[in-house]
Parts: sequence; structure tokens; C-alpha cells
Amino acid sequence: MSFFFEVLIGGLLSGVMYSLVALGFVLIYKASGVFNFAQGAMVFLAALTFVGLREMGIDFWIAFVITLGVMVVLGLLTERIVLRPLVNQPQITLFMATIGLTFVIEGVAQLVWDSQPHNLDLGIQDVPLPWISDSTGMNISTFDITAAGIAAVLVTSLALFFSRTRIGRALRAVADDHQAALAVGIPLQHIWGIVWAVAGFVALVAGMLWGARNGVQFSLTFLALKALPVLILGGFESVPGAIVGGLIIGAAEKLAEVYIGPMVGGGIEGWFPYVLALLFLLVRPEGLFGEKHIDRV
Amino acid sequence: MKSVRQALLGVVLLGAAATVHAQNEQFIPMNGYWVGPYAPGGSGIFGGFIDYVNMINAREGGVNGVKLTYEKCETEYNNARGVECYERQKKKGPTGATMVHPLSTGITYSLIEKAAADKIPVVSIGYGRTDASDGRVFPYIFPLITNYWSQNTAKIKFIGAKEGGMDKLKGKKIVNIYHESAYGKETIPVLDAQAAKYGFTVTHIPVPHPGNEQGAQWLQVRQIKPDWVILRGWGVMNPVALKAAARAGFPREKIVGVWWSGAEEDTIPAGAAAKGYIAAGFNVAGTNFPVIAEIKKYIYAKGRGEMEDQTRIGSIYYNRGVVHGIVTVEAIRKAQEKYGKKALTGEQIRWGLENLSISDANLKALGAAGFMQPLKVSCLDHEGGGAVKFQQWDGNKWVVLTDWITPDRELVRPMIEQSAAAYAKEKNITPRDCSKES
Repeated sequence: MSFFFEVLIGGLLSGVMYSLVALGFVLIYKASGVFNFAQGAMVFLAALTFVGLREMGIDFWIAFVITLGVMVVLGLLTERIVLRPLVNQPQITLFMATIGLTFVIEGVAQLVWDSQPHNLDLGIQDVPLPWISDSTGMNISTFDITAAGIAAVLVTSLALFFSRTRIGRALRAVADDHQAALAVGIPLQHIWGIVWAVAGFVALVAGMLWGARNGVQFSLTFLALKALPVLILGGFESVPGAIVGGLIIGAAEKLAEVYIGPMVGGGIEGWFPYVLALLFLLVRPEGLFGEKHIDRV
Repeated sequence: MKSVRQALLGVVLLGAAATVHAQNEQFIPMNGYWVGPYAPGGSGIFGGFIDYVNMINAREGGVNGVKLTYEKCETEYNNARGVECYERQKKKGPTGATMVHPLSTGITYSLIEKAAADKIPVVSIGYGRTDASDGRVFPYIFPLITNYWSQNTAKIKFIGAKEGGMDKLKGKKIVNIYHESAYGKETIPVLDAQAAKYGFTVTHIPVPHPGNEQGAQWLQVRQIKPDWVILRGWGVMNPVALKAAARAGFPREKIVGVWWSGAEEDTIPAGAAAKGYIAAGFNVAGTNFPVIAEIKKYIYAKGRGEMEDQTRIGSIYYNRGVVHGIVTVEAIRKAQEKYGKKALTGEQIRWGLENLSISDANLKALGAAGFMQPLKVSCLDHEGGGAVKFQQWDGNKWVVLTDWITPDRELVRPMIEQSAAAYAKEKNITPRDCSKES
């Protein structure tokens, strides 16, 4: 039974890491109704920039601020160059634009820095917590616990930001209807700029944690694919949904790999979350916390 | 009018000279990957390869006066792109492609029939289809130096030695964590055969591509409590495996990786979690070899090197690229012995590869003594070597632990012949009679 709980807890903690990436998607989607395919590439760029600056001998916090600046500028440029000309275009057009953006970010990141993997040390040990191992026999990583704490703080802050601030309310209005929001005087471009900048910040946090966990390398871009089933489950517009979706996906994929995998030859972790997400789509297309759309016809 | 005529004559003569010059060039496609998740391997290996080719051109004016030319094509380690690059490059140069190094087991598989039809050798050094070592069935495929099955038997020999003898393997538990791909699955049959031979149990655990999440796999390892883990990873899968092993509390000294899991790019991103990890290798790291000094002298001293980050010179991947260069150049040189000092066709180069023999003395002359193992290829044996060294990551660099460990040929060769014969039957190929080859 102890092994089952170890798999479950390990899965939940991995799920929190997925949620960190999913959060960036949620932010953009809430503000613009666009599924930002480039979020994984943004995570990669942020992590690569941060580790590149650190390797140049720049202090941790200065590197953090510079990288944040890079991500904010990227967000503002995306709004100005990519999104603004596409206001009121069909959603699929905006989605396609973010696919293009993905390749641009990936290419530029490798051009400016390099395609080599890097070690990123945040000073958090990624080894089992001794007191948990000694008392329960379960191996729970210090790093995973810390990452979960950081994710909790981030989610709480974002949830408060969306529900308690003027910008947050304006953001929700923009998400509901671009034109109606413009009509009541909400500066659309301003809001989009802010939200892309915040998504850049989330990408930086996710990139630092994933980079420290796996090394900073190109495969960070694939994290977008891990976030997709999380979003389907949790709902594309919900910050708490990203967390709950992440926890469900993380736990389910680990339990499936350990308990079902050996019966079918293993390696099901990659696609099992999508099966779960597809089943969920059939029952609740808007996700657990997504807004139910009722259209008048 | 006269001056116009002279000018025209000049242009014609210049064109003729250029054609003569082009006729004396040997074209080598450089179909690799410099971007994407596997770029560290691709850029390192092709960096060393291209630098070596350029060094030969700069130092000796090519191979016996035949200049080596090349063109890069980005495959992104993707089969479709790999085939596209092959098709694009196969007719370039005065005699077409010399040989192709796909640097991907998947792409190698995709090219097996095409290359045989086009008469262009496919050289897969340390990867590719293992049973292609039987040159009777696969005349155009050369899994040179050592194939996956050979290295796997050497690996079990190494583990056996660590346990105090091969008889001590009985009852031991080994987990094979592998990349879920053609490459990853390649050693499953030989490991099963070895398990049956030596009495250990083996559990195969796949890791889905790209391998950036392995919590579940290493929890399974924890549950199985193996004596050893064999890591058959590629790219991001390797550092993630080492980190996940640390998280699961599995000792890194008990993990033995394949050579595609044994470069600096696999250990540095894992930080302290990589310390103690052991991997096989068919070339060693380091800059303390005359061949590397020559590359620095003729290429980097003149600002013409491939590696932007020169600290990578002497790394495992870079030196492996130099091995690719040595094998390519020596095969061309061998083929020239028979067909003359001129640009040769793929078919002629195939003969050079099949009759390639690089002795210790040759390696010394090439400035590569101890850098790689001697090589002797034949019609029967397209592998030509088979031995590996084992090295351990000390936290900063790879430290060689062993001398060359030879494979278990008694086990591997019959498996190769059986598998190749099955392929020949399936494809209706009549194996060559090697006694009639010259």
C-alpha cells in the first residue's frame, strides 16, 4: 500500500509541474480566447536565457530580472506585431499565428544562445526527504515539494489578481467579448500586453523549475503537449482548473504506467492522459472549471 | 573584336578548368541535426566530422589530391527529413554521394533498400540495424566499429566482472530502461538471450519519447529492486533518468548506459545526480591526441572550425565525429588503391569500406592511438570491431575504467546470421558468397 501512495504522491507532484505550464496557456486564453501554442517555446526561451545569463556569471536575481524583462518585451512585441493586426479575426487564425510564433521563438532562442543542454542549479536538492523515507519508506523529493509550494503561491496570486483587481476584471471582460469590452472603454491592447507579460513571468517560473529538474534543453518545448490534457480536464479558462487538472493528469498517468503499463508492454504514460482527456471531453467539453457557453440561436 | 574573343576563350578555359577541378572532388553528404532535441549529439558529431574532413583538405589537399567536399542537410533526427536529405544529396558531386552517415537508427532503416538500389553505402557507426553486420545480406549497410548487440554483450561482461565472474550473474536482476523507438528496442532480443544464458532476470521498461518525465519508470525500478540498470536513452531521456534515479534513491554506480547515453551532454545537465554513472563508449574523450592537435593547428588556428563553443572540442560527441571522419577518409583511401586516385562512385567506395583495415600502427600514424579501436571489415563482417570501453562520470569528466572489452561473439554472430537470413528470405535476397568477393 505504501508503494501505491508513493506512486500517487509522485504523480500529484509531477502534476503540479504540468500545472505550472498549463497556467500560461490559461492566462492567454482567458484574455484573448487564443490557445497559445507558443507557451512551451516561451518556457524554453525563458529557461535558456536565465541559465545563459547565470553561466555568464550574472547574479541570480539580476539574471531573473533581465530574463523577466526579455519575457515582458517578448509579450509586448507579440501583442504589437502578431495579435493586434489580427483583432476580430477568427480564433483559428490567432491559433495559427501562435504556431508560427512557436517556431520563431525556438529558432531565435537556439540562435542567440545555443542548442546545448545546460545544468541549472537553483540550490534545491532533488533527492528524497530523509525524514519521510525513514518514517514511511516513501521517497518524496525535496525539489518536488518545493515546486508544489511555489506553484501554490503562484496560483493563489493569479486567482486573486483575476478576481480582486480592476485589471483582472477587465481581462475577463476582454475574454468574454473583444468588441463589447472595447465599447465600454477597456483598452484591449493594453490588457493583452499585460496578460502576455504575465504569461511570460509564468513561463519563466515554469522554465526555471523544469530546467532545474531536467536540465535546460530543447525538449522543454514539448511541455506544451503535457499541458494540453491538463487544460482539457481543468478547463481552458480556469486558474484553479489548471491545478486540479494537473493533479488528476499527473496522478492518473503515473498510476496507469505503473499498474496498467506492464500488462500492455509499458510506455503508456505518453498517451494515457490524452485518452483521459478525450473521455472527459465527451462528458464535459468545457472541462471541470471551464465556463459553460450557452449560445442563443 | 579580338579582345572579346580572348575574353570568351578565357571564360571557356576557366570553365573547363573548373570542371576538371570539380571532377576531382569526392562529395560527402553531411545529413545531421543542428537544431531540435537531439542537436547536442548531431552538432557535436558532425562538428568533429567536418573539422576532420577540412583538416585533411587543408593539410594534404584532400585524399591523394582528391578534394573532399560536403554539404549539410538538416534532418532533425526525423525519418522523413532524413530520406528527403538523402534524395537531395545522392547525386551531388561528380560521382554522387560517397557514402551516407544518417546518424539515426530510424533513418538508417528507411534507407536500407533505397541505398542498395542507388549503390550508395550507408555507414551507421555505433547505431543502425544490427543484423546488417552480415555483409552477405546487406552489402551496402555498414554498422561499423560496434553494433548494439556486441556492446550489450560487452556490457553484461562488464557487469559480470563487477559481480566477480559471469557465474555470479545467476539470480541477479537487471532492468533495461529504454527509449521507446527502433533504437531503444534493438537490444531486447540479445538481452533476453543473455538472461537465458547466464541465469539473470531482465525487465524491459520503455520510456516514451522524448523522456522528460520518468517518475513512473523509476518507481517501477524501486519496486523491482534490481542489482543493475541498463540505460538505453537518447537526448533528454539521459539526464532525466539520472535525476529520476537520484530521486528514487537508486545508486548511479549501478547504472550502465549505452554510448548514446554516455556523453557530457547527458551528464552535465543532471548535475550532481550523474556522479558515479557508468557508460560504454567506442571512442574516448580528451584533447590529448595528435589528431585533435592537427585539427586545432590547421582549422581552429585559422578561424575556420565548426564548433562555435570550442570547449566542446575533445568531448565524447566531438571525438566520435572525428572517428566518423577517420573511417570515411580511410575508406576512400582504400578504394583509391583499387580504383585509382580520382573521384569514386558509391559502388567503388563500398569496396573500400568492405576491405577497410585500420591497425594499431595505422591509428598511431593517424594520431589516433587509443582514441578508437582497430578496425577490420570484411564481406562477412560489416562491423569490423565490436569492442567497447567503460567510463565513469566523476562529476566533471569521463574517466576510463577498462581497456577494450570484446563482445560475446559466440552469442551475437549466430543471432546476427539468423536475423539477416530471415530478412533475406523476406526480401527475396540471395546472400553473397564471400569467397567469390575480391
